[in-house]
Amino acid sequence: MEQRNLRLLENPVDRLARTVEALLVIAPAALSVQELASAAEDEPERVETALGLLSSRYREGRSGIVLEQVAGGYAFRAAREAAEACARLVERPVQRGLSQPALETLAIVAYLGPVSRPEIARIRGVAADSAVAGLVERGLIAEAGRDQEGGAIRYETTPLFERVFGLTGLSELPRLDDLAEDDEGLRRRLEEVAGRRGA
Amino acid sequence: MIVRELELDLDAFEGPFDLLLTLVLREELELAEVDVAEIVLAFCERLEERGRLDLDACGEFLVLVAALLELKARGLFPEEEEVPFEDLDPDDAAGELAERLAQYRRFRAAAGWLEEKLDTESDRYFRLGPAPLAPVPERPLAPQQPESLAAALRALAAEPPAPSLRHITLTFPPVSLFLERFRAVLRRRGRFVFDQEVKALTRVEQAVAFLALLELRKAGEIAIGQAAPFEEITVWNNAT
Repeated sequence: MEQRNLRLLENPVDRLARTVEALLVIAPAALSVQELASAAEDEPERVETALGLLSSRYREGRSGIVLEQVAGGYAFRAAREAAEACARLVERPVQRGLSQPALETLAIVAYLGPVSRPEIARIRGVAADSAVAGLVERGLIAEAGRDQEGGAIRYETTPLFERVFGLTGLSELPRLDDLAEDDEGLRRRLEEVAGRRGA
Repeated sequence: MIVRELELDLDAFEGPFDLLLTLVLREELELAEVDVAEIVLAFCERLEERGRLDLDACGEFLVLVAALLELKARGLFPEEEEVPFEDLDPDDAAGELAERLAQYRRFRAAAGWLEEKLDTESDRYFRLGPAPLAPVPERPLAPQQPESLAAALRALAAEPPAPSLRHITLTFPPVSLFLERFRAVLRRRGRFVFDQEVKALTRVEQAVAFLALLELRKAGEIAIGQAAPFEEITVWNNAT
C-alpha cells in the first residue's frame, strides 16, 4: 500500500532523468540534448526537463558531482570544492603548461578556424608548425579539411577545447574588438618610426 | 502599384524595371552604365502621380534598389589583391604593418583571455577518455533456405580438378635420338634439308635436333651448307 503511494508521487520524468543520469556517467565527452534523446529514445523536450531536474540535484554545494552545460552539451564533472583532492589524484596533461605561442595559436584557431598553418604564421609573424603540432597532440585542435586554393591542412578547435576552457560553445568567446586596447599608442610609435626614416 | 512594371527611360535602358533586372542579372547590361539615381527619381515621380503612399511598393522598391546598388558597388571596386609587403611604398607599408600589428595584438589579447579563463577553470576536474565505439547496428538476415546453403557447400566441397603443369614443364628429347635419326636418313639418302626434316617438331625438339646437327658436324660425320642467312640448311654425308 505504501509503495503504491510512492509510485503516485513520482515525477513522470524521473525515470527518464535516471536514464539520462546513467548516460552522462558513461559518456567520455559532453552529450548534446539530441544525443541523449536518441540514446534514451525519448523526446528532446522531455530530456531537457530531465536535465533541469538533474541540474538542481547535481550542483555546487549540494553534490560532489556537478552537472554542467559545456561544449554544446551536458557533462558531469567534479565539484570545485574537491579540486585540490582531485589534483592529488590525477594529472591534467591537456591544459598543463600551455606556452604563450600555443595560446596565441589556439586563439587564432578558435576565432578564425578552420584556418591553415600559413595563415596562422602570417598573423603571428613566425612559423606555427610546432605550436600547431602541440595543440593537435593535446587534442585541443584537429584537422578540418584542406584549403581550397593552396591545399594546406586547415585546423579548428575540438569539443575538448570548449570543455577544458569551460565554454558552452565558440560563440561564448568575447568579441575580438572588445578585447583589443585602443591602437593610439601603436600608431604613435609607428608614426615616430616613419618620421625618423623620412628625416 | 507594381514595382516591377515601373517604366524607366534611362540613358542606357528603356523599358520596365523587371526587364532591367533580368538583363543585369544575365550580364547583358553593364550595371556600371545604369544610373541608379534616375531609377529612384522615376519611382518617386510615379509615387507622386498616384498621390498616396503605397508602403508595400516602397518596401519592395527599397529592397530591389538596395540589391542593385550593392551589385553595382561590388562591380565598381575590383576585388582586393594581396600586395607583397616588399612591393609597397613606405607609407603603405607602414599602414599595412600597423594593420598586421593591430590584428596580432587582438589575437594576443584573445590568448590572454584564454589564459585567464584556463586559470579560473583550473578547479574544474572532469573525466577524460577515448571515445568508446558506438554499438554496431544489428542487421537481421532475411529468411534463408537450408537447401540453398547445402547446395552452396556442395559446390565448395567438390574435388577441384588437378592443376595442369603443362605450361611449366619442358621435356627435352635426348640429343642421341636425333643423332641416330639423322645418321639413318643420311645412310638412306646421302643428304637432306634440315628445315624440312624438323618442320613437324615442336620448338624444343627443333632446338635439340639442331644441337644433334652441330654434334655430327663436330665429329666430322657431316657437312653443312647454307646459301645465305635464313636460307634452308642442307646436310650431307661427309664421306661422300
